Amino acid sequence: MPRMNMVQALNSAMDVMMARDENVVVFGEDVGYFGGVFRCTEGLQKKYGRDRAFDTPIAESGILAAAIGMGVYGLRPVVEIQFADYIYPATDQLVSTAARLRYRSAGAFTAPITVRSPCGGGIFGGQTHSQSPEAIFTHVCGLKTVIPSNPYDAKGLLISAIEDDDPVIFLEPKRIYNGPFDGHHDRPVIPWSEHPASEVPAGHYTVSLGQAACVRPGAEVTVLTYGTMVHVALAGAEEAGVDAEILDLRTLIPLDIETIVASVGKTGRCLIVHEATRTSGFGAELAALVQEHCFYALEAPIVRITGWDTPYPHALEWDYFPGPRRVAEGLKRVMAD
Amino acid sequence: MKNAAPLELHVPEPPARPGEVPDFGWLKIPPAGSVARPDIATPPNEMRGHAYTLIRVLDEQGAASGPWDPKLDAETLRRGLRTMMLTRAYDERMFRAQRQGKTSFYMRCTGEEAIGVAQAMALDDRDMVFPTYRLQGLLIARGWPLIEMMNQVFSNTRDRLKGRQMPVLYASKEARFFSIAGNLATHLPEAVGWAMASAIKHDDRIAASWIGEGSTAEGDFHHALTFASVYRVPVVLNIVNNQYAISTFQRIAGGEESTFAARALGYGLPALRVDGNDFLAVYAATRWAADRARTNVGPTVIELVTYRASAHSTSDDPSKYRSAEEPGRWPLGDPIARLSGHLARLGEWSEERQARLASELDSEVLAIQREAESYGTLASGPHHRPATMFEDVFKEMPWHLRRQREEMGS
Ligand SMILES: Cc1ncc(C[n+]2csc(CCOP(=O)(O)OP(=O)(O)O)c2C)c(N)n1
Repeated sequence: MPRMNMVQALNSAMDVMMARDENVVVFGEDVGYFGGVFRCTEGLQKKYGRDRAFDTPIAESGILAAAIGMGVYGLRPVVEIQFADYIYPATDQLVSTAARLRYRSAGAFTAPITVRSPCGGGIFGGQTHSQSPEAIFTHVCGLKTVIPSNPYDAKGLLISAIEDDDPVIFLEPKRIYNGPFDGHHDRPVIPWSEHPASEVPAGHYTVSLGQAACVRPGAEVTVLTYGTMVHVALAGAEEAGVDAEILDLRTLIPLDIETIVASVGKTGRCLIVHEATRTSGFGAELAALVQEHCFYALEAPIVRITGWDTPYPHALEWDYFPGPRRVAEGLKRVMAD
Repeated sequence: MKNAAPLELHVPEPPARPGEVPDFGWLKIPPAGSVARPDIATPPNEMRGHAYTLIRVLDEQGAASGPWDPKLDAETLRRGLRTMMLTRAYDERMFRAQRQGKTSFYMRCTGEEAIGVAQAMALDDRDMVFPTYRLQGLLIARGWPLIEMMNQVFSNTRDRLKGRQMPVLYASKEARFFSIAGNLATHLPEAVGWAMASAIKHDDRIAASWIGEGSTAEGDFHHALTFASVYRVPVVLNIVNNQYAISTFQRIAGGEESTFAARALGYGLPALRVDGNDFLAVYAATRWAADRARTNVGPTVIELVTYRASAHSTSDDPSKYRSAEEPGRWPLGDPIARLSGHLARLGEWSEERQARLASELDSEVLAIQREAESYGTLASGPHHRPATMFEDVFKEMPWHLRRQREEMGS
């Protein structure tokens, strides 16, 4: 089976879908000839032509609006917002139209669009190349939100997102494009090729939206996490010496509540880990859900390990990033009671 | 009507890709001195042609001519030349420092130095500027110390922005230089707002702002022009057309069927399209627009036609999308070479003086860099203390941030 890093896996997903479905078009800033600043769309214009993979003006609202219009026509646009930090000009199109079109027209009109965007820190991108804005989108009714943590899932989830008839926000943690980063920024970079999830089928397959994956079975505590933090949580559990069950949520909306409830029901403890800021972050929703569904199983308060409630500071990146040490401390805190 | 042929999508392309012969034949260059200089009170409608031509003062031989010649004295010209050369020397040193791993990122303005420098000189130092990340020449021309700029680039202990911003996103209240935004175009309508406030308060200061041609596609560009026009705001809005937005040629931003200056006409604003590598033309056009704003006549849009001679940033490799020969074929030349040639022609400069100054400036920059590095670099520190990241989120720190600061344990 071919080995792929995340960039190649995402590229392969778009390639497979463009070959299978003439209605799939790909566009965004620097996406066409150049193939995207992270190279995710490399080669697509050459293969499928300028009217199926093209560059756009620098106008995120325009990109989303055009995608919605094309979706209404019957296409399946896959657009790239160069950094998730630059999606804000498009929020009106996302919130007021993409998310509500099916509802407001009682199903007469829909926009089956996929919005890909690199998120998260770890590349010294400062406050405008590091954000994790997923909770903004999960708060909007009508948007699905996906965050993969490895190449195999990235391709399977992106194909599912493109085939999905609802709008999907597909956030790609840029720090793990090239390797499974566990938060130890001072250690040598590990490429994906040494990780089992870099075995990616060349052809079509899907990973269903709404299904979490258990990346480490365990008995003592459940860790709910996604994206880059999956790898950080694995390292943190190792370092804390705690038998943690680590769930990679993969899709935030729709959320795999059964898997969460079954796990917390078993372990009786829950740690939530995300890179995004804490207040009103997706962890708050998870904590509320666990409390609603598992209150009588809980043996200790739920703990959250997250980014701090500040913009992402350039030079202080590693003091901001919730690394394995903080995850390990969080695990010890949940285990203490 | 029935379609004669199926519909087709037009996707603009640049004239040449890597491996092809660069071609700038599309750029119509009128002779230096040939464009009229209207009175600043001219109704925008009567000067629409200025949005489609190119105001030029310096010709290929370095001679200045025509009504836009600002007739600056040799001393002022030498100051302009020196500041452009200092900007380039600074850029080269910071670029190298990034390549040596001392910081994360850098952006040069190579080939665009006349814009920041001549415009800073044409404006009043008290005017408020809302720049982009490629206007370091503006900050240098305002006399902001290089050491301050380097401390920011290195995110060291003396960085006034406390290591919070990526390199080059400077801010200086003293230099009346607005905090540079990573989010493109946001600052342009903010400049209009600042200038509206100046008008509301019957102040005498105007605002100026800059935006890349690529970023004119953002909605914020439209907001800036609409508000500027509706309230006849005392602001100068500059579009720096350096032909590229990262990998995309300006046609992707809408430069194929019209000029960027012509965007102004639909809003009833006057527009000047200027040779951005001609120090004298840039100075004169800015002066015209500043005078117009200062005398309550209203705002002006200036398109500065230039060329991004180096990469977009240290993260970019232009050989992937444009011919390596292209920068050398740019027909408007290099702003430093052109002004130095002009001064030489006036008998006020020589090649020897040029070479001597270049090496003096490089030594000056290097000495300052050594000092900046003694306060730390991004790579090896020291930096501001981690706990400082919780400051300035709000004026008063709320309980949850105090608690997180404790949780961080530093
Ligand atoms: C809202 C927003 N979208 C996208 C980006 C990413 N980006 C940074 S610079 C750039 C190109 C800007 O080109 P232009 O405005 O022509 O200015 P230039 O860099 O050529 O000076 C892009 C797309 C951003 N910073 N902000």
